[in-house]
Amino acid sequence: MNIKNKIKITVNGKQMQIIPKFTLKSLITKLKMPLNKIAIELNKKIIDKNRISKIRLKKGDKIEIVHFIGGG
Amino acid sequence: MIDKRFKIANKIFKSRLIVGTGKYKSFSECAKAIKTSGADIVTVAVRRVNISNKNKARLMDYIDPKKITYLPNTAGCFTAEDAIRTLRLAREIGGWKLVKLEVLGDKRNLFPEMIETLRSTELLTKEGFKVMVYCNDDPLMAKRLENAGAVAIMPLAAPIGSGLGIQNKVNIKIIRKQTKLPLIIDAGIGQASDASIAMELGCDGVLINTAIAKAKNPSQMAEAMKLAVISGRKSYLSGRINPNLYGSASTTNKGII
Repeated sequence: MNIKNKIKITVNGKQMQIIPKFTLKSLITKLKMPLNKIAIELNKKIIDKNRISKIRLKKGDKIEIVHFIGGG
Repeated sequence: MIDKRFKIANKIFKSRLIVGTGKYKSFSECAKAIKTSGADIVTVAVRRVNISNKNKARLMDYIDPKKITYLPNTAGCFTAEDAIRTLRLAREIGGWKLVKLEVLGDKRNLFPEMIETLRSTELLTKEGFKVMVYCNDDPLMAKRLENAGAVAIMPLAAPIGSGLGIQNKVNIKIIRKQTKLPLIIDAGIGQASDASIAMELGCDGVLINTAIAKAKNPSQMAEAMKLAVISGRKSYLSGRINPNLYGSASTTNKGII
């Protein structure tokens, strides 16, 4: 696909380019994230992980993927 | 005196020592210390995944949340909104409802911002969270948190990570007398004797991170803390003697030659 057709999104503060109609599930798979160990926010709304294959990403979407780290 | 079970939000835990998972040199060192501590609750934080290094080790690979209760915290949150956002995400990772609320007000001394903490406790409780609340050692504020639905009161002994030990025993004793909720000292423990003192004051538990993680031998310190908590609890339950200004001989004078 021509690079001009790609859309920009932000994942964990970093810009990424994806093809249009890329789903949230495709993104998670591409990033090799273990679904049972993360939570996902799309434009500050928490996403039900069972629904990610139905969500198509749009230009300017802001995605946060979080997990547990050490803390007190 | 037989001890009652250590119960938080109707769930029974074996150990009265809760351990933090931050500041360790490695996940394996952390896992080893948790094992020797005997803790069955560990605090964890919610942060962004590193998307550029996909193979980086994860806490959950070392500490099994099916075996140890994860207590998600709100470290780094300065408003109720931040705290709620963080805990909603934590709940989404694994369905956790038991959480540690920590809303700070000052980056240097890390004291809790109690107005926001109280507001967060109310909002989170309404959302169905079981909120264990990091707070200052103010009995009036502790009462307010209890009324707002907190499931555990967790006053600081001293600033987070300071290792100064219990600075205000009187306030802790007053809070102990006024509440039936689990009272857990959170923050400020430096050495095993501090943990014992907390338990001797009648606290139900102690939460320790830095004092174990930054000790020269974390695993051994974890064991020391475990024993100190058990020791302090037994001492508290056994009913100490009244302190006396003067001596009282242990050996009778009767039959002296």
